[in-house]
Amino acid sequence: MENLNLILPEIFISLSIMFLLVLGVFKKNSSGITFNLSLFVFLISAIIAINETFSVNRETLFNGSVVIDKMSSFMKIITLLGGFLVLVISSSYLKIFKIFNIEYPVLILSSVLGMMVMISSNDLIVFYMGLELQSLALYVLATYNRDQLKSSEAGLKYFVLSALSSGLLLYGCSLIYGFSGSTNFDVISTQLNSNEYVLTFGIVFILVGLAFKISAVPFHMWAPDVYEGSPTTVTLFFTMVPKIAALTVFIRFLYVPFLNLIDQWQMIIVFLSIASMLFGAIAAIGQTNIKRLVAYSSIGHIGYTLAGLATASNEGIQSSIIYISIYVVMNLALFSCLLMLRRNNQYYEDIDDLSGLSKNHPLLSLSLLVILFSLAGIPPLAGFFAKFYVFKAVLEQSMYFLAIVGLLSTVVAAFYYLRIIKIMYFDKEKGKYDTDHSLWLKFSLTFSTILILLYFIFPSQLIEVVSRINII
Amino acid sequence: MSFPILSSLILLPTIGALFLFFTKDKDGNNSTAKYVALFTSIVNFLISIYLWISFDQSISDFQFVEDRTWIEGFINYKVGVDGISILFIILTTFITPLCIISVNNSVKNRLRDFLIAILIMESFMIGVFCALDLVVFYLFFEAGLIPMFLIIGIWGGPKRVYSAFKFFLYTLLGSVLMLVAIISIYWISGTTDVVKLYEIGIDAKYQNLLWLAFFSSFAVKTPMWPVHTWLPDAHVEAPTAGSVLLAAILLKMAGYGFIRFSLGLFPVASEVFTPLIYTLSVIAIIFTSFIALMQEDMKKLIAYSSVAHMGFVTLGIFTLQQQGIEGSIIQMISHGLVSAALFLCVGVVYDRMHSRMINSYGGIVAIIPKYSILFMLFTLAALGLPGTSGFIGEFLILMGAFKDNFLVAVLASLGVILGAAYMLWLYKRVVFGKLVNEDLKKMLDLNKSEYLILTCLAIPTLFFGFYPDPLINTIEVSVSDLINMHNINLASK
Repeated sequence: MENLNLILPEIFISLSIMFLLVLGVFKKNSSGITFNLSLFVFLISAIIAINETFSVNRETLFNGSVVIDKMSSFMKIITLLGGFLVLVISSSYLKIFKIFNIEYPVLILSSVLGMMVMISSNDLIVFYMGLELQSLALYVLATYNRDQLKSSEAGLKYFVLSALSSGLLLYGCSLIYGFSGSTNFDVISTQLNSNEYVLTFGIVFILVGLAFKISAVPFHMWAPDVYEGSPTTVTLFFTMVPKIAALTVFIRFLYVPFLNLIDQWQMIIVFLSIASMLFGAIAAIGQTNIKRLVAYSSIGHIGYTLAGLATASNEGIQSSIIYISIYVVMNLALFSCLLMLRRNNQYYEDIDDLSGLSKNHPLLSLSLLVILFSLAGIPPLAGFFAKFYVFKAVLEQSMYFLAIVGLLSTVVAAFYYLRIIKIMYFDKEKGKYDTDHSLWLKFSLTFSTILILLYFIFPSQLIEVVSRINII
Repeated sequence: MSFPILSSLILLPTIGALFLFFTKDKDGNNSTAKYVALFTSIVNFLISIYLWISFDQSISDFQFVEDRTWIEGFINYKVGVDGISILFIILTTFITPLCIISVNNSVKNRLRDFLIAILIMESFMIGVFCALDLVVFYLFFEAGLIPMFLIIGIWGGPKRVYSAFKFFLYTLLGSVLMLVAIISIYWISGTTDVVKLYEIGIDAKYQNLLWLAFFSSFAVKTPMWPVHTWLPDAHVEAPTAGSVLLAAILLKMAGYGFIRFSLGLFPVASEVFTPLIYTLSVIAIIFTSFIALMQEDMKKLIAYSSVAHMGFVTLGIFTLQQQGIEGSIIQMISHGLVSAALFLCVGVVYDRMHSRMINSYGGIVAIIPKYSILFMLFTLAALGLPGTSGFIGEFLILMGAFKDNFLVAVLASLGVILGAAYMLWLYKRVVFGKLVNEDLKKMLDLNKSEYLILTCLAIPTLFFGFYPDPLINTIEVSVSDLINMHNINLASK
């Protein structure tokens, strides 16, 4: 009998989803209670995940198709906490748009469930199942504000392009299966033989599919439109949580079945990384909408994460995981600020709406200042350390070109972050925004800003947790 | 473990800033905030004086060292001072209270925020001068960009946005290469601890590239020709207190970095690149002196003269002679005092007349005599008249240069003459001559606080001009040890 305790969080979430759906059917006006219950579901499953899996070194379930190791438990916990925080700050936004329904928490829960399956997957079929579960939920979430044209457009675009990439991914999987005779990662890694040239096609197809999911250049085209069109809270979800899952799968794909074929994929990852860093930095300069700008900046940040992956070392993987963890906190802070730009039940998303913010809202603009400098990677803020670890790992492998291009693109990226700061601090003030924000929103902003600001005092803790993750 | 005096020097201004953060921000006259800031910075100054008194000048080791694990198995938070860095720390803690006193006249809005920025800046600058770990140094070095960017951008003149961006991006671009070099040093030598690196040295085959990476950062910050163009813009647009901080302390970070890191860590490469530094320094001295001659704007003129003076500093450092390096350090301290005073002098007339153009002044000697006398003193100190601290620095640098390279020394001496030309001409056009502009008659002479600041700066300028021994005694052992170590490393490679 398998030790089902290890996947207790997943089981718990799936049961809760069913229960919440039934509750929604039989009880009228149950959106409030569904919301609160789903928050509990997130918290409880995070606690279960910590309890049951945190000390597990590496165990496999169901004939080796599901794996629980240090990486999966760490990533699951971040995913769950990310889902919790997104949900907790969404409610006031949804209420204003009158889309505060039971579907929202259920969809978030099911996409998180899909991500958790992805994170634990050690088999092509399990992986694909998780991927589709999270994608389907995300398509609906993107169109969640269905009365708005942009939101529907975003969802449709995301659906069409994502389905295409899933197709490519599936084709890659079938090629790999054809050559190795198995869908299990561990088996594949022993069966593959780098002399098979067609195999490279399989790897490339899979990488393309995954690069699409994390919006790395040149498969990023959907990101700006989808980020701009989706409801802001969904955009926050998009920028944080699916990336964690996709990154985990990325790591597992590259380092479990294909580790022996490193010559075949390392160049591809380096290219994706450099292209994303440069493109993200340059394309963001001309943006006027904050959500679009965040889309480009997230493309750039994914580039740095990939730089860590390209190193083919445990330090590189760890640095990528640290990067994505810090990035998640920074994004949460950034969107909390964005959700505070509300006046008369209307949200403002243009960069120019931030004009002179520092006069009327000194605390809000100070937090935004800290967050933006951190995103730009200026010490002593958390964003600097994230980049620092990545470049430390990259330089260990003597990949100087990658490091120098990466650091130069931080200078370009600094420009557009500075532009926002300039608008906030140097420009003339505009009208005041409402200040009656929900307690959770204030909490998430304060908490994440303080984390970013004071990370430099205790940098060792995060490293210590992450350094237990040894994939190779 | 003894009392962490250096960490408290670094932390105290930040604590003061935090305290200010919780005071109420009233527009206009916010005297509470000012007193809090002033109090903090004066306490810091007293601590640093205590540090100087208890500093043992006879040994070259780092003193007051604090060494704590910061990132497990990778970086230690390590700070300490030797004879070279202690002077810069005192310069920082000395200039900051003067800046805070001077804001009365120049900063009109958001005084509290301005003071917070200045205090945080002070923390970072002290951190730069006592960091003994490359990563810690980089952290402080870069972090200083944030408050300076805001100081120029929020409280600056009409073209402040352009200047603030230029300042930030130029410096950041230079610094990222240094970060690559620092991480590479970690992988090459296994540590980023400066003291350990001094002992074990860095493999000679890597030194040239690493030196260039550090150079790219320091050259922008110094600033050396041809990457000096951000400095005049930043100076012209920054408020007076910002200009003072920039000229007096920020520029010294790079000179200090050259001595501590370029010379100390890369002896072979320093030898190789000395001709490059000589060429750039001589160009900076002569070329920017000519540019300074042609300036219409007083602040710009002084900014260009700063570039020329820093040219002397880089020249002196790479002579690798005892006199040259000592001269560079004294020149930096002296330039810190004198350029701060000159920017304040410009600030004084600017606050009254709202013009920095030289031709809108003239003949003010009879109207504001006290100001004219002090301005004269600093003008003479800037051109290096014997009896002022400027002379000691330039003289020692040229002495070192003559020992090393005759031609360079002759060319640099030309710069001294040009320096006299543009400073005296500036003084003549502003203070003497016919009184054309009738508005000038309404000008008031120095008020109490301005008088206090300028006298505070005048005393050390004259004192060290006549009696430079306290400075030289402090740095002598450290510098000679640095040169010895340099020669030993060079011989062993």
